[in-house]
Parts: sequence; C-alpha cells; structure tokens
Amino acid sequence: MNGMLHLWLIALFPLAGFAINGMIGRRMPRAAVSAIALLATFVPLALVTNIALHFSQLTLPYVEKFATPWIQTSAFHAEFAFSLDQLTLIMLGVVTGVGFLIHVYSVSYMADEDGYWRFFAYLNLFMFFMSVLVLAENFLLMFVGWEGVGLASYLLIGFYYTRKSAADAGKKAFIVNRIGDFGFLLAMFLLVAHFRSLSFASVFSQISSHPEWQGGFLTAIALFLVLGAAGKSAQIPLYVWLPDAMEGPTPVSALIHEATMVTAGIYMIVRVHMIFDRSPLALSVVAIIGAATALFAATIGVVQTDIKRVLAYSTVSQLGYMFLGCGVAAYSATIFHLVTHAFFKGLLFLAAGSVIHALGGEQDLRQMGGLRRATPITFWTMTAGVFAIAGFFPFAGFFSKDAILHEAFRSPNGGFLLWFIGIFTAFLTSFYMFRLWYLAFFGRSRAVAHTSSQAHAHAPHESSWVMLAPLVILALLSVVGGWMGWPEALRGSDWFGHFLAPALNNAAPSLNSAQGEGASGFILSQRVVVETSPHLERVLSGLAVLIAALGWFAADTFYRRSPELPIRLATAFSGPRSILVNKYWIDEIYHAVIVRPLLLTSRFVLGGAVEGAVVQGSGRAFSGAANGLGAVLRRIQSGNIRSYAGWLAFGAAAMLLLSYFGFGTGTVSNWGTHFKIW
Amino acid sequence: MLAWTIYVSFLAAAVLLLLPENSARLARMIALIAATAGLLIVLETLATHHSGELISVAHIPWIPSLGITYHLASDGISMVLLLLTGIVAVAGILFSWNVEHRTREFFALYLALIGGVYGVFLSFDLFLLFVFYEIAIIPKYFLIAIWGSTRKEYGAMKLALYSFVGSAMVLIGIVAAYVVAGSRTTSLEELARFPFPVHFQMWAFPLVFVGFAILAGLWPFHTWAPTGHVAAPTGASMLLAGVVMKLGAYGCLRVAMMLFPLGMDPWGFHILFLNSWRDVFALLAVIGIVYGAMVALVQEDFKFVIGYSSVSHMGFVLLGLMTLNRIGLDGAILQMFSHGVIGGLLFAVVGRMVYDRTHTRDLAALEKLHLSKVIPFAAVTFVIASMASIGLPGFSGFVAELQILIGAWRAFPTAALLAGIGLAVGFAYTWRVMQKAFFGSSALAGDSALAGDSVLAAPAVHTPPPPITLPERVGAILLLGASLAVGLYPQMLLNLIIPALNSPLFEGLRKASWQ
Repeated sequence: MNGMLHLWLIALFPLAGFAINGMIGRRMPRAAVSAIALLATFVPLALVTNIALHFSQLTLPYVEKFATPWIQTSAFHAEFAFSLDQLTLIMLGVVTGVGFLIHVYSVSYMADEDGYWRFFAYLNLFMFFMSVLVLAENFLLMFVGWEGVGLASYLLIGFYYTRKSAADAGKKAFIVNRIGDFGFLLAMFLLVAHFRSLSFASVFSQISSHPEWQGGFLTAIALFLVLGAAGKSAQIPLYVWLPDAMEGPTPVSALIHEATMVTAGIYMIVRVHMIFDRSPLALSVVAIIGAATALFAATIGVVQTDIKRVLAYSTVSQLGYMFLGCGVAAYSATIFHLVTHAFFKGLLFLAAGSVIHALGGEQDLRQMGGLRRATPITFWTMTAGVFAIAGFFPFAGFFSKDAILHEAFRSPNGGFLLWFIGIFTAFLTSFYMFRLWYLAFFGRSRAVAHTSSQAHAHAPHESSWVMLAPLVILALLSVVGGWMGWPEALRGSDWFGHFLAPALNNAAPSLNSAQGEGASGFILSQRVVVETSPHLERVLSGLAVLIAALGWFAADTFYRRSPELPIRLATAFSGPRSILVNKYWIDEIYHAVIVRPLLLTSRFVLGGAVEGAVVQGSGRAFSGAANGLGAVLRRIQSGNIRSYAGWLAFGAAAMLLLSYFGFGTGTVSNWGTHFKIW
Repeated sequence: MLAWTIYVSFLAAAVLLLLPENSARLARMIALIAATAGLLIVLETLATHHSGELISVAHIPWIPSLGITYHLASDGISMVLLLLTGIVAVAGILFSWNVEHRTREFFALYLALIGGVYGVFLSFDLFLLFVFYEIAIIPKYFLIAIWGSTRKEYGAMKLALYSFVGSAMVLIGIVAAYVVAGSRTTSLEELARFPFPVHFQMWAFPLVFVGFAILAGLWPFHTWAPTGHVAAPTGASMLLAGVVMKLGAYGCLRVAMMLFPLGMDPWGFHILFLNSWRDVFALLAVIGIVYGAMVALVQEDFKFVIGYSSVSHMGFVLLGLMTLNRIGLDGAILQMFSHGVIGGLLFAVVGRMVYDRTHTRDLAALEKLHLSKVIPFAAVTFVIASMASIGLPGFSGFVAELQILIGAWRAFPTAALLAGIGLAVGFAYTWRVMQKAFFGSSALAGDSALAGDSVLAAPAVHTPPPPITLPERVGAILLLGASLAVGLYPQMLLNLIIPALNSPLFEGLRKASWQ
C-alpha cells in the first residue's frame, strides 16, 4: 500500500477547484460552480476515507517527497514533502469531512449571494492551504499552509467587502495573525540556527538523541511557537480578531473560525510536542494562557447578544481548553477535544446560520424567541450541540472535556487551581449555551415588535434539506462522536487514545528532570503526577456533569422561569456587567496602546517632522552643495588663460609633492614609481 | 551573445530617433521587439549556462595606457539581474503602450536606459561599469522631466542630483583604488585580488558603499526615491523601482564589498553600540525598513505608498548584504529580483491601470470609486501583488526575506527583530492601501459614483473607464508569473547565486568576514 497513497491529490483537488472557479467561474452557471467546488472537496474526503480503511497495512510515518527540493541553501534545505501518521489522519478526517459538509451547506446558504463563484473559489483555496498545513513534513511547508489559511480567511471575511465592518474585521484578523506569524518565523530562525534543518523528522531525531537538551533554546523556540499558535488559535493576548471575524458569511465562520483553521495552532503544538516536552516553562505558559483564555472568553460570552458572537467567544473559550490540554501534556485528550469540538461547534454554527437564515438575516438574540416550532429540525440538532458542548453524558463534549480536565487535575503541570478554572468555565459554558438555547427557541417571538425592519417581512421558516442534512450528520456525530474515546475508568476502551498513541510516542514528558528551568514559579502545585484511581476519575466526571446541570438550571431560572431576573441583576450589577459587555475594553486598550501611537508616530513624527526635515534638509543640502560647487567651479572656469596656467602649475606641484611625501602613511609607498606611467 | 543585450537596446534607441514623426505605433513595436530580444538573449544564455559560472563575453583593450579594457562578462549574480532587467524592460514597455506624447523619444530614452543598465550588470571593468552607470542616469532625468506628472521637474532634478552626488563619491573611490592598486588595471577581477591596505579600505568602503547605496534607497539618502517614483511616468517608475535601485545595490556588492571587504572590519572602538561600518549600514538599513513602512502607512497619495514601500523593501536588500553570511547574501540578491518584479508591478497598477483611468491617486478620492467593481482585473492584480509584496509563501518575496532574516538573525538578532516589526507594519500599510484604493468604504457605498452624480468633489470617472488592455494583462501576468515561479522554485536563481558567491571573485569578502 505504501508508495501509492498520492497524498498530493488531497491538496491538488481543492487547488484545481480554486483555479477553475476563480478563473472561469464568473461565466459559469451556479450549478457548475457548486459541482466543481463539491467535487474538489469530495475527492479528498474519499481519498482520506480510503487511506483510513487501509490504515492498518501502512508503515508509519509515511513520507511523500516531490522530485526536486524546494529551497536549498547553505543554511538549510526544505523539501516539498508530505507525511502521514495517525495525527495527520485524524486532522485530515476532520478537515475534509467537516469541510465537505460545510461546502454542501453553503450551496444552499449562499444561493442568493452575489459573487457565488468567488465564494466557492476562496473556500476551495482554504481547503487547499489547510491540507498543506496538516500534511506538511517540515516547518516551512507548514508555514505556507499557515499563512495561506490566513489569507483565505481574510478573503472570506472580507467577502462582504462593501461593508466597512467586514473590511475592518478582515484587516484585524490578518494583522493580529501576522504578529503571531512573526513568532512562528522567529522560531524557524532558531530552528535553522540550532538544527540546520526544518524537517520534523530531522529535528525530532536530533532532540531524541540529545536527552541532555532541556529548556534553554528549546524553551525559546517553544515560546515563539506559542506566540504563533496564540495568534492562529485566538488565545490571550491575540484572541481579539476572532469575534470580529464573525462578519464573514456563517459557513465561513463554521468552517474556518470554528472547526478547522483556529485549531491549527493546537495541531502545531501537538505536532511538535517533543520541543514542548523539553521545556516545562513553555508548557506552563501554554497551560496558563489556555486556562485564562477559557475563563476570560466564557465570561464575555455570558453577556453577548449576537448569536454568532456568543458562539465565537465560546470557541475562544473551548480553544482555551485545548491550550490547557497541551499545557498539561495531555496531547491525546487535546486532539480528542479538537475533534469533538469540530463536530459540535461546526453544528452549532451551521444551526445558528439556519436560524439567521430563517429570520432573514437577524443575528440579535433579543429579537429571536419561539423558534422551536418554526424550525424543528434546527432546534433538535442545535439541542444536540448544546448538550454536547455543555458536557452532558453521553454527548461528545463530555468525554473530551473530561479527559482534559482529568489530565489537568493530575498533571504536575496542572493542579487543583487549573482544574478548578476549567470546571468553573464548564459551568459558564453550560450557562451561556442554554441561555442562547432559551432565547432563540423558547418563549414568544420578540421579533414582532420590530416590524419596521424589512428583514422580518416573512415568517420564520425552516431551511432547505441541503442545509439541514449537514446539520443532522453533525448532530449525530455530536452525540456518538465522543464514544470513540470512552475512558477506561468508565468501562470503555479509549480507542482514540490508543490509536493516537504511536504518533505521540515518547510522550512521557521529562517534567521532573528539568528543575533548573525556573518553571516552578509558574507551577501551581507540587511537581509530581497525582496518582488518580479510576474511582476518583469517576467522581470527577460525575462532578462535571453536575456542574453542567447547574449551568442549565441557572439558565432555566433566568431565561424561562423568571425572565425579569436578568434585568434586575443587570441593573443591580451594572458596573461588572458593563465590564463584560465592553469585553474588558481590550480592543480599546489595544487601540490606545498600539494602534494610535503607531499611527501618530508615523503621521506626525516620521511623516511630518523627520521626513519633512530629511526631504527638505537633505534636498537643500544637496542643491546647496551643488550651487556652492558650481560657484567655485565658475570662478575656476574664468576663461582667463593665465589663471588656467596657474591652476595647471598648482596641480602639477601638488602631485609632485604628493608623489614625494606619499599619499598617506605607508599605504602607497610606491606611488612615485607608478606615477610615472601617467 | 549576452553583449547584444546592450547593443540591441542602444541600436533600437538610435533607430527610434531616426523614425519620422507620428510613427508612434512603429516606435512601440520596435521598442517591444528590442526589449523582448534582450530578454530572449538572457534566457538563451541561461539555458546553456545555468550553473552560475563566469562567462566572459567580450575582452578588448580599450585604453591600454591606463589599463582600461572593454571587458563584458557575467557571473550568476549578473545573470539574475540581467534576467530581471529583461523581464521588467518588456513589462515596462507593455505598460507604456498608451504613451502618445513624443512616443519615439520616450521609447528611445527608455531603451537607452535599459542599455545602460545591461551594461552595468555586464561590466567587469571598473571604469566601464562607471561609464554605463552614468549612461543610465541621464535618460532617467528626461523621462521624468518630460513625461512625468506631479512636480516632475522637482522630482527629476532631485533624482539627478542625488545620483550625481552618489556618482561623485563612487568616482573618488574608484580612482583612489586604481591609483592605490598601482595604476595598472581597472579590471574588477584583478582588483578583487589586490590586497588593498586596511586603512585605505576603511575610508574607501564607506565612500563607495554610500555612493552606490544612495541609488538603492539607503536611509537617510532615500528621499529621491518616493518623489522620483511619484513624478515618473509609469514605465520609468517601473524601471526606477525595478532595476535602477538594483544598480545601486549591485554596485554596493560588486564594487564596495567585493573590492574593499576589510572596510567592514571592526574599528576597534565603539560609537554607541556600533563597532564597524557594517554595523552602521545594517542599522541604517533597518531604520529604512521600519521607517519606510511607517511613513507608507500614512500617505494619502497611492503612489507615495508604493514609493515608500520600495524604500522599506530595499532596506532588506542592504540588510542582507550587511549580514555577510551566505544565507543573508543569497537572500539579498534574491530580494533584488523579487522586489524588482513585484515593485515594478505595483507601480504599473498604480500608474497605468489606476491613474491613467481615474486621473487621481488620492486615496480618499479612489475610495469613492469602488475600483474593484470598475476594473476588477486591476484589483485582483494588486491584491496578488500585495500578497507577494508582504511575503506570502509561494511568491519570491517570502523566500528572499526569509533568507535575509535568517542571515540577519545570525549576524544581528536585534536588527532581525526590528525588521520583523517592519514586516508587520508593511502588512498594515499594504492592507490599508488595498482597501482604500480598490474596495472603498460603506459610508460612501454604491455605484452612484459611477453613475456620475455626487462625485463633483472628486475628479471622478463619469463614464466607465476603458477596460484593461491586452498589453496590460500580458505585462501583469509576466511579472506575477516571474515572482510565482521563483517563489515556488527558488533554486532556479539560487543555483546561479550560490556558485557566484563561492567564486574566487568574492574570496576577499569570504576571508574577511564569512561566517
């Protein structure tokens, strides 16, 4: 089987789809555009499925190189090479599977939009870069995909580019990502400097053959990579772009900003976990960033009123969980959560899109309500998603979130505090998701009050089956998708963990051996693995479900049984509430601290003062020098033969003197001899 | 064969001047044929000599009493820049297809400039190189002063003044080198072997380096660049950004660094944190990168944005040169090529596709026109060129800037970090200009601007502008294709550059400070 996998086809088909739709899509009927786009994503899905079916016969990791190296310099060389292992396969499954479903959904969702062909061309372009990112065998090729998905994301957010907010969101996403990308670049410089290679295989084999490398430059590389991952996966301090990115069309939000692209940072950390394993400090940073982001974003999510923004902050929060998972070296659990999150968050987003579609474009939760009867299928699928994300047994989110929290509890890098933040965030998650659920689907429709808006000219209606079919499939996956990681403590077999284990080999982090790192200041508990019994694991799981139920109960109280309560609370705690509503003023702070100074410096200091002075000053200096020189030369050029003769004599005398004494000290001792040649 | 690149250009220029008046179409065709011939000659040579070895083209004694020879030759570095010149020359003519005012003189001067540029890249004799260098300056002045726009006399004069001051510095340096080396020869190969005394190199190096670097846009001598670019007609600004700035960078490497490598040795004392001329120029390069990007961020004239971005990108070339390690130098030469094609294309979009149709470069006015709907090809071209310009992987700029940054990271880590900030700001200005120039803003939404009403304030398009012509399309595809090809397969050029840097010519440089 090896040697004929043709991984490159997985990337080639979306690229071809992009090229065809991008070049001649404008002149093609919509049906042809969608057929090409769907084919370009279905074939990779079929290829991945085929690989999965024959997976046991493969020798791994399987590497596919193209004939010629890409860049070959004295410092490093990089190949166009793809590799495949268990981790790649899982990511490919998510990307092509969820990607295909979202393409199907988009066919209906975007049916009435202008620039249909352009939308699908960009979507295919995204799929191409995402495949490259996942399949890449070296840092540089991964970076190609990394930048490429950012580009595709920008193009798709800016899809409604006549809307200023969309354009600004696109800009923000790209610039913030760019900061993260710079971290990635710096990490690559360090890698080249220390390993003379950017190939994963080469870097990892060098690391494993040098067990004495602990911390030090590996910490530096890891921290720069964390910066890159924080940009792409929307973590503190670079999360600000993701909520704004919701300006893009809903399928885009679902595909890129929820299910696939934003997980690229997580994937990257897991892919290069060997570097992180050698740096407890970096791992602690990851864990702390993750826990902080999870909590922070969840608190903001509680008060958002735009349905897509609630989900956006929820995504930031869930990505925080994954960061936390990486930080406690629970890579398998992290990837597990990444997969289930792709299912249920993709579902929630597509369902939200269906709701928005049903209401003719309305996104404000305060204008919704009572949609349970009008859109029953959307309601039931959304319900599955809400239960999954809240972590109810036996929905998908329960298993994966629980696995991360359990690891956070027992890991030497974790501890009680991180676990507690995680479990408290779980409560908030459950609360805001059920809040959304109640506001959108229960009670009476509040849209009636706003008949002035032409958007509500027609009654809410259920979406077409082209949109609903992906919802149903994702809903099923949100229910049963977690069963593949049924933990052994609950009499399961943890198939997922065992499957992934070979790709995460030597995953035993050398945490205990690296005390000199100075990391202990960051660590919140003692540096030993807390031995947990299956019994304790079951207790923790039970507690998690209890917490989720508590969140549901709170939301039920607030938004169904006594709807006046939120208003009373809001007035009573207007101070804290306005902090949350204004999202801790982070955007404003960034604007004041970074954006404005940059612009002001550019405009007034450099653009005005310095450039003015330099332009005028040097211009005057030059022209002044030219004028002065001209004046002197004019005088010499007197037309007076005698003065010319005088200059001639002066010149000859000067040269003779120079030839006698030499030009400098000892430099041109033979000046005189050569002078005779003249 | 390669020498014919020069002769064809000059011959065609002469033929153009002999044409009767009102033969614009013929003049264009002749110019295009001559430039294409030049490109084909370069490509033909590349097909047989693709390993970057030294090819001697002509070697005739010229002024034997002074040891001056007419020596044309080419190594891998020259080849890369000859290829760039060929590509940009053809594209520049395609984007000048609509020049109606004194067409034959325009193309005659254009080709004379090209001929001079080919000459510089092919000269292996210091005196000859200087002659061609001066030949290249004169047509620039007339191209801007006659066919230019905004403050054209000022721009042209400033450019000429800066160029001549630079030339004067170079001239002093090379005459001194000639004398010090024994007044026997001006051959670059022989001078490269001559052990110039260290303290001679200590002053000759900065003199010659700055003399050339003025033309490469070294901060703070860069100010001719934005004004000159803005004033120049499209074809000339493409040449300015595309090849003329490269003349400066090429001179820095080929003359200053190759002949006087010890001039970059430490002084033996510190001024602040600077310890050598190398530190000084690396610092100036980094300032240029960040400064150019920041000033570009707040420009209101579309062309000034691109003008300052050129300063920023050329800063990378100079930084790469100053790293003095192989990867940094590889990157610097690759960046010369990369900025040549991308910068040329950006100027073509601004000057030809946008300005010739809308007659405004004011971003606030362009914002109201929604050009992405009016001339989508221009918008798409500009977006792709912008992506290439900010270093999106897959385009040549990425490979070039990546190598420069890796090199800089080894030589001056702080400089690499600061240059990275320049990259981030570079993204911001690119994005801003892209959005403003092509995608407009919602507040002034709608196609009303095109319908002709409510645009009295702006010098707007009352009738739909003429569609993008075939020559423009071909030119854009040529330049983008070059950038993409090099981005996907940089080995194509690196295989020329690396052997050239390993050749005996650069032995002095390698010995002096190779890491």
